[in-house]
Amino acid sequence: MANSSEVADSAVSMAAPQSTEISSMSLTMYRVSNWLKSPRPYLMVIGFAAVLSFWYFAVEVWKLPRFQDMPGLTEVFSEWFSKDPYYGLSVYTPEYYKHIGISLRRIGFAFLLATGLGVPLGLFLGWSKTFREYVFPLFELFRPIPVLAWVPLAIIMFVGSETPVVFLTFLASFFATTLNTMLGVESIDESYSRAARCLGANRWQTFKHVVVPGAMPYIFTGLQISIGVAWFSLVAGEMVSGQFGLGYVINTSYMMIEYPKIIIGMITLGIVGYSTSAMVRLLGDYLMQWRVRELALGDS
Amino acid sequence: MNTSLTEESPALTSAREQNTSEIVAKNIYKSYGAGPFAKEVVSDCSFTIESNKLTVMIGPSGCGKSTLIQLIAGFEATDSGEITLNGSPITDPGKDRLVLFQESALFPWMTTYDNIMYGPRARGEDTKDAADQAEFLLNKVGLDAFRDKYPQQLSGGMQRRAELARAMINKPEVMILDEPFRGLDNMSKELMWEYYAGLYEEDRNTNFFVTTDIDEAIFLADRLLIMTNLPTSTRSVIEIDIPRPRTIEEVVNSARANEIKKEVMTLLHEEAMKSFSGGSKAAADFLDAYSKRAD
Repeated sequence: MANSSEVADSAVSMAAPQSTEISSMSLTMYRVSNWLKSPRPYLMVIGFAAVLSFWYFAVEVWKLPRFQDMPGLTEVFSEWFSKDPYYGLSVYTPEYYKHIGISLRRIGFAFLLATGLGVPLGLFLGWSKTFREYVFPLFELFRPIPVLAWVPLAIIMFVGSETPVVFLTFLASFFATTLNTMLGVESIDESYSRAARCLGANRWQTFKHVVVPGAMPYIFTGLQISIGVAWFSLVAGEMVSGQFGLGYVINTSYMMIEYPKIIIGMITLGIVGYSTSAMVRLLGDYLMQWRVRELALGDS
Repeated sequence: MNTSLTEESPALTSAREQNTSEIVAKNIYKSYGAGPFAKEVVSDCSFTIESNKLTVMIGPSGCGKSTLIQLIAGFEATDSGEITLNGSPITDPGKDRLVLFQESALFPWMTTYDNIMYGPRARGEDTKDAADQAEFLLNKVGLDAFRDKYPQQLSGGMQRRAELARAMINKPEVMILDEPFRGLDNMSKELMWEYYAGLYEEDRNTNFFVTTDIDEAIFLADRLLIMTNLPTSTRSVIEIDIPRPRTIEEVVNSARANEIKKEVMTLLHEEAMKSFSGGSKAAADFLDAYSKRAD
């Protein structure tokens, strides 16, 4: 996030760092305590229980047609938490964490690259009409091409097995981030730029103090989408190319007929994917105190 | 809150030096559109915004007052005639004229204090003096306790006050305000008049205030420009000789103020009649209100 640190460092800082830390913490506490007081966590438990029990009964008790070949709930969970897993993958094997770690590293690279390139590109696309005339038609032509269509070209273009996967993961993230950032700039009320100019700001200052912070809410919406599609494309990439990673686990387990590992890989993907998405949201709350107070806390 | 208005702080007041700037509009014309669709908005309009006075412009709604602001601010050019600031013609927007627009444009991502300090900081003048001015203005507009709040945490009236402070700290030669208190409820509006008049009386720099509210105009003005219906020109000028500082109560009970009010309403009524015959809905509303008030 090169841009946001720049804004914070500039003469007109967005918020005092100390108060930011406190209210960021208090916001999290506030959310958690509110969540526990509401019926939502209990409804959530019921939802989980319903799906898990359907899985259990359909596969292991009723043995429904088409379900009987699927790995059952008990089989998957006993494998997942087994100290001596039959198929060699559980929370006690280092290999499990290696797969997670490698997937996370690819996501990290791709997401940072997509953010580092997408946010500035989106800002300039939104800010400069001339720049947009050059770039946007090209951008719109590339954007609808699905990540899977890029697979052959990615393998031809990049050496090794690692870079094509990172490239594919980057691609979808990049488009989501850029487009949302651009929309963010367009969403800024003209009166803010006019006010800044009236008060003596030059074009560059207007960009730094109005365009960047004004687009921030959209940028973070974009980053939320970006991290989601990053996981989506990562798994696609890992299934086609590369060694290790959660997508690789799912695909090879299918080939090797080690079905419980497929489910372990899928559930792990869900958990890790959700965590990264939550981290992006927390970062957004931290950087946009004004937004947080506007939406959630009112008068804290 | 009233105490803060009369409170003296000599160290700070002396820091606010006075400018002398005068804007003169001479026989200006302005039309929009071209050919047969051209609509004349300003026609042979002349007026003076005198130095170190608060000039209020009042006229029927939609009479072209906002166009005049665009011209004075330099965002648009006159078709003919000339507007001059201290003798030199106005051709483009400049730092010497600061416009406060109707809609609130406080930056939502900055605290009240950072918003007020924006102008000085943008110009690279983040000095002790600017900070002192910010303190002084925060106090003046009663937002001391709200310095670290973001705009959405302030009420509508507080936002307008913060905006006033943000504009005033730049000490423009001429301050131009386009219906700044429109849309506020009556209580906040009257409070705003007192705050604004207090700020103006602090340095008595040249101020130009546009409104459609007669009470607001009389309470604030040193000079009152009454505009005609479209195409607009100056109908009449009234010197409001009620001594400053004024209080709402004083003005409400002042015989002189009521006399002026009657005069202004008669003039505006005539102008409204003209536009009513031209089919203006705003004029019809005004006439309706006028008939109730006249009783």
